[in-house]
Formats: sequence, C-alpha cells, structure tokens
Amino acid sequence: MIEETAVSLQEGEARPMNMIEAINDALHVMMGHDPDVVVFGEDVGYFGGVFRATAGLQAKFCKMRVFDTPINECGIIGAAVGMAAYGLRPVPEIQFADYIYPGLDQLISEAARLRYRSAGEFTAPITVRSPFGGGIFGGQTHSQSPEALFTHVSGLKTVIPSTPHDAKGLLIAAIEDNDPVIFFEPKRIYNGPFDGYYDHPSKTWKNYPGGQVPEGYYSIPLGKARTVREGSAMTVLVYGTMVHVAEAVLAEKGVDAEILDLRTLWPLDIEAVEKSVQKTGKCLVIHEATRTSGFGAELVSLVQERCFYHLEAPIERVTGFDTPYPHSLEWAYFPGPVRIGDAVDRLMKE
Amino acid sequence: MVDQTGRIGMPRGNLPPLELHVPEPRFRPGDPVDYSWLDIPGAGELPRFDEACEARETMPATLGMVRVLDDKHRAVGPWDPRLDPETLRRILRTMALTRAFDDRMYRGQRQGKTSFYMKCTGEEAVSVAHAYALAGDDMVFPSYRQQGILIARDYPLVEMVNQIYSNRADRLKGRQLPIMYSARDYGFFTISGNLATQFPQAVGWAMASAIKGDTRIATSFVGEGSSAEGDFHAAMTFAAVYNAPVILNVVNNQWAISSFSGFAGAERSTFAARAVGYGIAGLRVDGNDALAVYAATQWAANRARANKGPTLIEHFTYRAEGHSTSDDPSAYRSAHEREEWPLGDPVMRLARHLIALGEWDDERHAAMDREVAEEVKAAAKAAEKNGVLGHGFHHPFHTMFEDVFEDLPWNLREQAEQAIREREAKWPDARGSGAVEEGEGA
Repeated sequence: MIEETAVSLQEGEARPMNMIEAINDALHVMMGHDPDVVVFGEDVGYFGGVFRATAGLQAKFCKMRVFDTPINECGIIGAAVGMAAYGLRPVPEIQFADYIYPGLDQLISEAARLRYRSAGEFTAPITVRSPFGGGIFGGQTHSQSPEALFTHVSGLKTVIPSTPHDAKGLLIAAIEDNDPVIFFEPKRIYNGPFDGYYDHPSKTWKNYPGGQVPEGYYSIPLGKARTVREGSAMTVLVYGTMVHVAEAVLAEKGVDAEILDLRTLWPLDIEAVEKSVQKTGKCLVIHEATRTSGFGAELVSLVQERCFYHLEAPIERVTGFDTPYPHSLEWAYFPGPVRIGDAVDRLMKE
Repeated sequence: MVDQTGRIGMPRGNLPPLELHVPEPRFRPGDPVDYSWLDIPGAGELPRFDEACEARETMPATLGMVRVLDDKHRAVGPWDPRLDPETLRRILRTMALTRAFDDRMYRGQRQGKTSFYMKCTGEEAVSVAHAYALAGDDMVFPSYRQQGILIARDYPLVEMVNQIYSNRADRLKGRQLPIMYSARDYGFFTISGNLATQFPQAVGWAMASAIKGDTRIATSFVGEGSSAEGDFHAAMTFAAVYNAPVILNVVNNQWAISSFSGFAGAERSTFAARAVGYGIAGLRVDGNDALAVYAATQWAANRARANKGPTLIEHFTYRAEGHSTSDDPSAYRSAHEREEWPLGDPVMRLARHLIALGEWDDERHAAMDREVAEEVKAAAKAAEKNGVLGHGFHHPFHTMFEDVFEDLPWNLREQAEQAIREREAKWPDARGSGAVEEGEGA
C-alpha cells in the first residue's frame, strides 16, 4: 500500500522503476528544476556512480554541476558546506555510509550547526546521499547502518526510504529542504524488495505497488511516516529494508499488525507513532543497526514515555547484534524472520 | 617486533636502536632568547613572480620570504605595493584600532563582563593588510584570530562587543562563545570552534563562485597548529584539483597554545613549501610587514581572479600574547621571546615607515592611539547598555531553540516550554536571570 500525493498524480504517469532509477530520476528532476543544485562525489560524474544513481546527469547538466571528487569525505562535505554558504544547493554522495566518518566533523560541527551558530545568517541546504545497510555480503565496511550517529545530532534530518516511490519523493523533498539532510538509501532493496529470506529468489520492484513511480516532480513531506499496513494487534516501527522483512514476517504469522514505515527518522512523526501504539497497545521496533544506543532505543523511550498507560506488554526491539557487521555470518547477524518472529510471538502471548 | 622470547623492542645485531624524535622548543620559561639561528631573508631580496606562473615556479618564495620594509623602514624591492600615504595611514589606524579593541576586551574579560577573549596582538598586519588588499565582497573564512578583517571592513565595534558580552543585542543571540563572530553582510563567515573546518569550506565557496561564473574569490585562515588537521589536506587537494579561486592562509605565529610550531612540522620545512606539493602557488611572507602582507594578498587575489588558481600564503609572525584569556604563556615559553622577536611589531614598523616618508610623526601617532582608545571605549560603553554576560540582559529563553532547524520541530517546542517552566523555579525573582522575556507571557 502506498499513499500517492495529489501532486504526483497530476505531475506524471507512474511507471515501474527500481530504487536506483527513482533516485536518478529525482536528481534529474531537481537539477532541471533548480540551477543551484549541484551533484558531486567519488565516481558520480562521468561514470555515473558505482550504483548508477547519477548516470546520465553529467552528460545532461555539464561538468560544472555534476562532477567527480577526490577520495576525501571531509573535503566532499566541507566543500558542500562552503557551496551552501555561497547559496548553492549541494547534493554530495558518500559512496557507502560506512565511509561517512571522515566527513563527520564537517557534518556534525559545521553543517548541522551553521544556521544556529550564525543565527540564520548562513544555512546548509545540503542533502548527503549515501547507500547504507546490509544483506549484500558487504562485510564490515559495506553494510553498516549508522543512522543513530545522525539522529543524535541536533540540526540534522535523517531520511531513509523503503520504496522507489518514496525514494524519489523524499529525495526531492530533502533537496528542497533548507536544512541538512542525511539521505540513506538501503542498497539491499535498490533492485527489489527483500523479505529477509536470503535463500529465496530475488524479487524486482516491477509488480510491487511502491515500484510505481510517477514521472516528473512530486515530493513527499519530511517528518511523515507511512502506514504500510493498518492493524490492531501491535504497532511495528520500522524503516528501510526492514519494512519489507517485517511485512513478510507478520503476514506469515497472520498477525494483524499496524506497520509504520517511519521514512524520516528525525524529525520523527511522533503523532503517527503515538496514535498507533495507543490504538494497538503493543510495540515492536525493528532496525538493522546494532542494538545498544541505536535509534531503536530512542523509539522505545518515546513510546514508553508517551504511551505507557496504553501498553499491554514490554516494548520489543529487534536489531542487529552489538558486533561489527560480519561477512560469512551475515545471515546469523541480520535481524531476519526468526528473530522478528520470536519477538512477535512474545508480544502476542502477553 | 616480537623476538623469539616474546619480548618487544629488543635491538637486533649491530643496528642502532631507533629513537623517537619529540620536538622541543629552543626556549622555555626563564631561558635567555637568541634568534640568531632564524634565517630571515633581507627585505626586497625575493623576485616578484608573474601572477600567472606555474605553481612550482613559486618554490623560492615558499622557502624565502616576501619582505618590503627594510631595517631603515624604507619600502624596497619588487614586492613594494606602492600604496599612497593615505592608504598606509588607514591601514596603520585600523591595526591600532584592532590592538586597542583587544586591550579593552581583554580587560573586560578580567573584569567579569564576559567569559572569554582572544587577542591578536602582534598579528594585526596579517588580517588588516590582507583585508585591504581584497575586494569588499570577497568572502573570508576566518579562524578566531582575524578580528582585524572585521574591523578593516568597518563592521561596527559595538556589534562585536555585543557578541562578546552575549547581551540582548548580540546578533548571535548569546549562542556563541565570545569572538565567534558571524557577519554575512561583511563577507565574514561564521566562526567555528572546530579548527580548520573553514579551510575546505572556503574552497567550496570558491568552487561555487566559479560554478556560477562569479568574479568573487574566497580567502581562509588557519594557524600553523591547525594546518596539521586533515581539513588542511582536504582543502589543499580540492583547491588544486578544481583550480579554485581561493587564498589559503597559514598564520605561523610559532605557537599553538603551548605547542611550538615544531609540532605542526616546522622543524623540517616551511608551511608555505607544502603548497607546491599540491600544485598550488606558495608565498611565505613577513607577517609583521603590512606592505608585504598586502603585496602577497594582492598577488594571490589577482591570480585567483584571473582563473590561475589558488595560493597558499604562510604569514610568518609571532603570537605576542597568551593564546586566550584562559592561557598563561609564562608556563611554557620564555618571556623574552616577544622582546627579541626579530620581525618586530607590525604597528610600529608601519608607523616608522610613514615617519621615514615624512607622512607621520610621534605626535600624530600618540593622538591616533588616544583616538582609537576613545572609539573602543565608546563602543564598549554603548554595548554595556545592552548588558554584560551573567549580569545584564540576554535573549529570551525561547530563542535558544530557534534556528536549530528552519522550523521548530515538536521536540524543541516541548523543550522550549520546559525551559520557560523551569525559569520560575530557578529565578523566582527574575533578577538573577536578567532576562528580558518578551513574548513569553512572563
């Protein structure tokens, strides 16, 4: 189930796209729409990106607006901050979220604080795109989910789409947003949704509702969750790849769960969360990232604080383990159907 | 290395044991100071390079030094910018005003009017002469010790003091540590506490100017200590790769708090010499010679404006005072260093040059000093009417939550309400807070 905005229906016919195509389309739309949008990063120019997300952009919009960079994340983000201070709307790419750390000082100390410390004189309307998440045998440094590092930073917005449709609309909204946005793209579902059964044949977006993407311009507001499925037995708070895993597990178990795809982690759609948990009385939080101090801890706290008297069971949290992301034991690590199923069973017993 | 017995660090055979070199400054507290080891080239010796030259051709300028004022206070050699006396007097007055401002704000901190201050004493030429050689709309990405640029661009002193006192007129709403100014309309980028972050940002701004086909250039400053940060390398690489119209300045004032410049690599090379390795033009300049700073800046600005690329300028100077009001330099360096510093005092050197030209005299200088002190005093008094830190007026509580984002998200709205609720418990008589709480229904 997807929610189409009125704009999208007016703006163009929907056609099937995978998530890469949807992201690429969003970049084409925004570069055509706003001459201040510039796209850069490692291998994004002539080559079109290691995941092809920027394919065709340089040929269409010229090297001055779409270009390759030195391999230096501090420089990529630092230059983006300077460009934003000038008045551009930079959309830098960090090749993998695992490699965003050299740019963290520029993101946390600079981009996130620019508006505040200058009392609005300077702003950082930057969208940092970066593939993230596991499930692809990426090992330690091509699988991480570092979203909690960013949701902890005041001044940053963190967005994670779970369908091609949302990816395009959210990316357009992120680029138009006047605050810095970390836009994490779950690379496991670039080419198709993933239900957590790694031994099943892979699926494509083609016949999936979220794989229908309108042509042209449309945006999905940041800070709004999407109800993947309405239900009354429990609320599932989830985002990225895990949306599809959760959906599959709950369907398999026949549990009438309400599944919320948060889409924007921060600012969180607190109203949607409260409304749902107060209705269902139970809450399951799922993410790929490691458990301790993960974003799930914040979700659990908020639900506990704001829905305590509605809760009928302890809030459950299904996450990656507190280890670096392993290579050979990926499917032992990944919070897949078994781990989620156990938590669902515990919640249903209460 | 682990030998067969499992012990580490055992010497093998006849090889000498390796030694870790930990740099040590020549003079510690109490030591007599002798700077005869310091190789200071004579004024006028260095040729002036074509502004469009290849970066590597500037190598002699990265090891030598652009110097204009000689020992007899004459302007000599090919780098003499040939400024008219009126401009020289304006530069002199701006440097004197900067020094007077520092002196008064330092005292303000000692009197408890603010929490913190940092002087630039001895480095006034680096910022002021640099600013005079730029166009007014070129963008500066400063560190915390270029207040002379703001003053040279006629930013109101009272606004600076308001910021230092974090009072109700502070344009930054009391959010920022004193001296972390931001003045967009004056081409002065918001200062960050995180060292060197502004360096790649300046390159990005310059890239943006080039992307848009603008004619404005960017300029940025780090100290020699901060040049050790990774951001320095990022900035140099990006500036070179994209031929960005930017001037990157390293103010080598010999000290990074208590660490002498050897801890940034000064024992092995000059900071300017790093430029050529990146393919960037480099100039090393006598930072206490306002004419040399002006000339080097003008050279680099012309080069950048002509699409000939970036320049790294090392300003060789001396941090005459403590690092900040929280620092006591007598704990780590000889007090004689300042007296013996061979490049002298930038204000007095320019004054003596003007005197040698017959365009200045001791009486005018004394009158100027009184005048700038009065100007600063008047600005400080005016600012004090808006409050001083902890005793005067400050911005309303809710402003603490504004500008985190363009719009106030739900969590900040809730926390703003909490802060206002807490106010009554913390400051029941409202006097302790000194706040003017407008629009909060206080």
